[in-house]
Amino acid sequence: MDAPVAPIPWLDTLWLQVAGTVCNLRCTHCFISCAPDNHRHEMMTLADVRRRVAEGARLGVREYYFTGGEPFMHRDLLTMIEETLDAGPVTVLTNGLFLTDETCAAIARLAAAAAYSLDIRVSLDGWGAEDHDAIRGPGTHHRALEGIGRLHRAGMNPVITVTEAAAGVGAGEGRTRFLALLRAWGLDRPRLKVLPLWRIGAEAERTYGYGPEDRLAPDAVTPEGLLSLQCASGRMATSRGVYVCPLLIEEPEARLGDEIAETLRPFPLRYGACVTCYVSGVTCRT
Amino acid sequence: MNDPAPGAARRHCFPAALQCAAFFGGIYGNAPALDAAIADARARGAEALFCLGDLGGFGPHPERIPPILWEHDVVTVQGNYEDAVGNGKPDCGCGYTDPRDNHFAQLAYDYTLRKTPADQRAWFRTLPASVRVDLGGWRLLLCHGSPRRQNEFLWESTSSDPFLERLLREHGTDVLLCTHSGLPWSRRLPSGGLVVNVGVLGRPANDGRREVSYALLAAGAGEGPARVEQVLLPYDADALLADMEREGLPAEFRETIASGWWTTCLEILPAKERARGRF
Repeated sequence: MDAPVAPIPWLDTLWLQVAGTVCNLRCTHCFISCAPDNHRHEMMTLADVRRRVAEGARLGVREYYFTGGEPFMHRDLLTMIEETLDAGPVTVLTNGLFLTDETCAAIARLAAAAAYSLDIRVSLDGWGAEDHDAIRGPGTHHRALEGIGRLHRAGMNPVITVTEAAAGVGAGEGRTRFLALLRAWGLDRPRLKVLPLWRIGAEAERTYGYGPEDRLAPDAVTPEGLLSLQCASGRMATSRGVYVCPLLIEEPEARLGDEIAETLRPFPLRYGACVTCYVSGVTCRT
Repeated sequence: MNDPAPGAARRHCFPAALQCAAFFGGIYGNAPALDAAIADARARGAEALFCLGDLGGFGPHPERIPPILWEHDVVTVQGNYEDAVGNGKPDCGCGYTDPRDNHFAQLAYDYTLRKTPADQRAWFRTLPASVRVDLGGWRLLLCHGSPRRQNEFLWESTSSDPFLERLLREHGTDVLLCTHSGLPWSRRLPSGGLVVNVGVLGRPANDGRREVSYALLAAGAGEGPARVEQVLLPYDADALLADMEREGLPAEFRETIASGWWTTCLEILPAKERARGRF
């Protein structure tokens, strides 16, 4: 069966895997199985990030996202944020465990000094420690909430990312309950982003992976639907090259080139994860 | 000046060599503000008036807006509201992603759809997605959200210079004018191009002031394509509030008009813009 093809009429979003696949946690739902000992994608150097941002600016990129692994494990992260904010808005994805008072104050200073927006996105996977810690490790729920609280006290309003591993979060009552939790931690205008689970990486072991039937059929998509996919307006740079999206960096055929410009070509949606993106209509962008 | 036949595409009359023009963003049913803006712009020397779309939504009596635009020969671009109402779509297509934003957006849309007569809906379908104008020899491109997508939000803090340069280059213009996001801003780009979000007449700019805003552009004198003035416009907000109450519009909407602070559709705001508001 031929796969439908996602066009890329413009490059708006450049993702940077600044921390590679190196993470202090070993979450059981991670779609790229990041872990302390996972070096399949090494951390990017400051020079790597500068080169990619310069490439992005030449191509008219609108916004930059830093992810990993855990970006705050990178010793140059604050410099990367500061320099990239000269080129456009920046969002950093984190598990929240490295958000000390000192780091939060530095983040707030960078945000206030920049003309563009700086967002910090912190992951939570449950209302209580039970759900979250089962996925992310003992004590991480409380520590993540402490980090969120410190960000708030420093003057930031982080975006809280919740995956559907937190049962019921997608529905109205679940959202309300989550927002109440964040308000209890001092966030008076809580911002919430809900993500589906992609059944690849560690998540394929925790639950189950995609089967051969989980493929997009060409007649099941519309041009508008294809244009709304994140691979229709974004690319992901890691230390190993440029990939189609943040999800598929373990797929050899999703590595589209060494330079960003050469990767701006249509991509066949032949992976199970493409079904989740298309059906849920979600993108990894905030 | 205009063929008054409802539903027909309208012909407009203004000088070919424009030197000064006014640009109104979303009106959202705010007839008192539209009346005030037209009078203010004419008094400031505007030779032509433009509206960048979203005539209804949020405010009362959206059906009062098109006749005012027709009477004063306001060249009108199609916003996502005109596309949605004109084509009877189920929602406004504003582009919100958060359920809290969509809840209030749907209330506003259902009301507007119900109040808009068929002849106005037919006119909405004839409106262009973009308009090109010459101002003092510079090329202006008018759109609702962005030139590539009607409901794209061009926020000040999330639109990088290289991105805006690309939009201008790809769409062959010196000046890009847009609305949709509700917050006015303008930026002169390193290349000399200019991007102006003209703001909206429909509600205040989340700054604690009751005034709304529009943009006045004059041909530049050796300083690039144009001079931009974001005009802060007082209008009869009390009259609007009385109408909103009579029409049973949500108290949250009335609070925004009365206080100048947004109370709804806040989740779409980027970090910087959100931090400036009260809620």
